[in-house]
Amino acid sequence: MGFALICFISGLIGGLVLAPADYQQGDSFRIIYIHVPAAWMSLFIYTFMAINAAILLIWRVKISEIIIRSSAILGASFTFLALATGSIWGKPMWGTWWVWDARLTSELILLFLYLGFIALQSAFEDRRIAAKTGAVLVLVGVVNIPIIKYSVEWWSTLHQPASISKLDAPSIHIDMLIPLLLMAIACKAYFFSVMLIRCRREILAYESNTAWVKETLIRNGDHT
Amino acid sequence: MTSLSMFITILKCDMLLAYRNRHDLINPLVFFIIVMVLFPLALGTDSALLQNINVGVIWVTALLASTLSLDSIFRSDFEDGTVEQYTLANQSLILIVLAKITSHWLSFGLPLIIIACSIAAFLSINIHVISTLFITLLIGTPILSLIGSVAVALTIGLRGGMLLSLLILPLYMPVLIFSMLAVNHASENLSVEAELYFLTGILVLALTLAPLATAASLRIRLS
Repeated sequence: MGFALICFISGLIGGLVLAPADYQQGDSFRIIYIHVPAAWMSLFIYTFMAINAAILLIWRVKISEIIIRSSAILGASFTFLALATGSIWGKPMWGTWWVWDARLTSELILLFLYLGFIALQSAFEDRRIAAKTGAVLVLVGVVNIPIIKYSVEWWSTLHQPASISKLDAPSIHIDMLIPLLLMAIACKAYFFSVMLIRCRREILAYESNTAWVKETLIRNGDHT
Repeated sequence: MTSLSMFITILKCDMLLAYRNRHDLINPLVFFIIVMVLFPLALGTDSALLQNINVGVIWVTALLASTLSLDSIFRSDFEDGTVEQYTLANQSLILIVLAKITSHWLSFGLPLIIIACSIAAFLSINIHVISTLFITLLIGTPILSLIGSVAVALTIGLRGGMLLSLLILPLYMPVLIFSMLAVNHASENLSVEAELYFLTGILVLALTLAPLATAASLRIRLS
């Protein structure tokens, strides 16, 4: 969490103050420092959930179901953030809040997949069955990930093509790139720390009848 | 019993059941027609506007009707314990699931295609567009049944069809997108091959993976 905060602050200062303004878009391009990391995270978390879903269904590892359950709401938040900042960015640049562009639409589908997963989780009494059915859903929805990733290359649309993932020759200036990467690291660190906190809660709640949980709670006081 | 004869037996049994419960069969189709009628009532009878949105309305209504009809694909079997017998059977569950999906498509998708195309003819849509609509529905409705069966297996035994629609509709979107692209290109006299290839690709993918996922989720729900 502390690490995330450090990256976050340095990334924000680097992005909002130190980086030069874009020659075309002026200062409003700076929303990129939230938008792009959030969009990356929305894909990353879904892939992460899908990998865990596969682990859960193949090897029946119990921790995976807890990880999936804890990640979903964070993934949904990042997806929403990417869509919201994107539309705030789109208003001055494209002159519209929303267009039915391939990337925007597929990102919206991703949000609905997350929401569907969350709805499915709350529909079951039994957590284990809920997690497993959710895992199947996540794996089915994984088809959407390459569609989002390559949508800007397959369809020529309003959303601009990727300018950062070309690692050998990024088409973005280094002063802009470094804060962006810092923000991306910050978002990843934030995700993992919050996810682990949620996992801890979930495990404690799940095993609340066992002796070790009671011992831990007594040892740590009852601030959980 | 060989796998093939098992497949045919279940398919026959399901088709017979569907035929005996004709009203269940007709309900989604009547729903389809009613929703089609609602649009001119709501948007007015401005024929130029209707001309533009007709095919889209047909497709969206088909998606909604399919979510409603899918609800029944495993329900009675789940309630009377037949699904458990299927999982215990000495046959691949995937094949049994595929038989159920095929019978659903035959009893829902096929009539829907016929009704949709005849409605399209009544709405005086250009014949070239109707033929494209026919092809997209022919490729698209099996995908709807296949993808839908996964979501149905996941939510089986739960109350409320709302959750089912919530899970299914996002997964339907790619089919809708490519079908509408094809239809729009057809109305502008452009080539529709690329979209049809894409749709067929989705169909092949769904045909390979959806029965697998459905079988897995049925097993999970019964465990």
